[in-house]
Amino acid sequence: MRLYMKFLSMHIKSQMQYKTSFVFTTLGQFFVAFATFLSINFLFDRFDYVGGFSYEEVLICFAVMMMAFSASELIGRGFDRFPAMLGNGSFDRALVRPRNVIFQVLASQMEFSRLGRFVQAVAVLVYAIPRSGIYWTWDKILTLTLMIVCGAFLFFGLYVLYAAFSFFTTEGLEFMNVLTDGGREHGRLPFGVYGDGVLKFLTYVVPLALVQYYPLLYLTGRTDNFLYALTPIAALLFLLPCYVFFRFGLRHYKSTGS
Amino acid sequence: MKPYRALFRIRFANSLQYRAAAIAGLTTQFAWGFMYILGFAAFYSANPYAFPMTFQQTVSYIWLQQAFMAMFFMWNYEYSIFDSIESGSISYELVRPMDLYSRWFTTTTANRLSRTVLRCFPILIVAFILPAPFRMVLPAEAVRIGLFFISMVLSLGVVVSFSMLVYISAFFTVNSAGTRIAVGVAGDFLAGGYIPVPFFPDALRFAVELSPFGAMQNMPLLIFNGGVTGDALVRGLLLQVFWLVALVFVGRVLMSRALRKVVVQGG
Repeated sequence: MRLYMKFLSMHIKSQMQYKTSFVFTTLGQFFVAFATFLSINFLFDRFDYVGGFSYEEVLICFAVMMMAFSASELIGRGFDRFPAMLGNGSFDRALVRPRNVIFQVLASQMEFSRLGRFVQAVAVLVYAIPRSGIYWTWDKILTLTLMIVCGAFLFFGLYVLYAAFSFFTTEGLEFMNVLTDGGREHGRLPFGVYGDGVLKFLTYVVPLALVQYYPLLYLTGRTDNFLYALTPIAALLFLLPCYVFFRFGLRHYKSTGS
Repeated sequence: MKPYRALFRIRFANSLQYRAAAIAGLTTQFAWGFMYILGFAAFYSANPYAFPMTFQQTVSYIWLQQAFMAMFFMWNYEYSIFDSIESGSISYELVRPMDLYSRWFTTTTANRLSRTVLRCFPILIVAFILPAPFRMVLPAEAVRIGLFFISMVLSLGVVVSFSMLVYISAFFTVNSAGTRIAVGVAGDFLAGGYIPVPFFPDALRFAVELSPFGAMQNMPLLIFNGGVTGDALVRGLLLQVFWLVALVFVGRVLMSRALRKVVVQGG
């Protein structure tokens, strides 16, 4: 952990060397999130409800997913860039060092400009929380925290899976974007509104709905079953196959030789 | 003209090499398209009359958008151009006896076209054979298809000439990542990449329709799905021509000014 903090401060310092560039990239990231926010806004100009959810409830959804995503992107950037690491051979260097491989991949890249999105999500959450008509008791606060934290871990797991795939393909796989970027982009609406098929897929295969839709039902008082509030924890199980697959890929790793 | 044609052919053939990437991209685009349509379906089931377009029109809009994504979306930059400016290898291009603006314009257009050619047909074919509510339908009048193609060519020109401005801005900022992202996202949003332009609030919609952003993907997609007809259609096409000419003119002026004081960092 101490070593990780060292890397953290190292990355902060190096990115702060180019301050204007950092500010502009962060602003750019802010815009990316803002465009999604605006499109929700424009749609709700014409509607009060979608699939029975109000504007404020949808905003909570959007903010939670955006926060979880940008947090995981900030930390897990190394896995996002992993195909490049395999391609240029710098992964071989990581293998010969006497440290955990996953730790080294994590520490190799951090992207602080993603804070631009995070800040935006926080702002939206601050706006939506008092207006959502939710009576905030401790269990609801716990639910919201679980959604964000477990959501971040889930996205992180997807990054690891993406990296694991690239052991076999060397190139990054674009279709993984559907799950990561798609999860963020389409997670602005509660997954329930996309229909049964999509919801089942996102419950049993890639459990994105477990950190978004089900706890949201509890949060907004649509169900009293406290188990719904705990579904984000179940989503963490997804990390296990991701990790195993990564180890499996690692065992089959052949250097590109450059 | 001849060297540009050769250049165009080279770039075109070059991008056609990445067929596996294109296939992987296809699955992604199907999934995105479906999620967008399902999301809109949820809104439509709440109140089908609150939108200025019918559900069928929106479905056609989204499939076409996915099929021609590589052509219409701003973020599809030509990254080698930014690299050449930032690394200084631009100096090699400057000594070539070719006009730099036309050169970049050609390569960018060729890349966008070849990526589109690889991707559009499978998406279009599937979109036409899907079951009813999700199927894309051809416009009733054949003339619309012709107009769609004309408008699409113009819109490609507007998108490319607009992204030329972003490339040129890299001369002045050295690190262009921020501008690139901000302009890309703002442009794609205003052009109707996130939600169609007719869904915007009226005042913004009016402003966008007059701006270069309204002359990008908005026009061809709306012509195809019947969202724009009659006088509005003619005006839209004229605006596209106007913006294409204006943007190319501004781009050329800015470029010659930038090149007059370009400083190549040594090394």
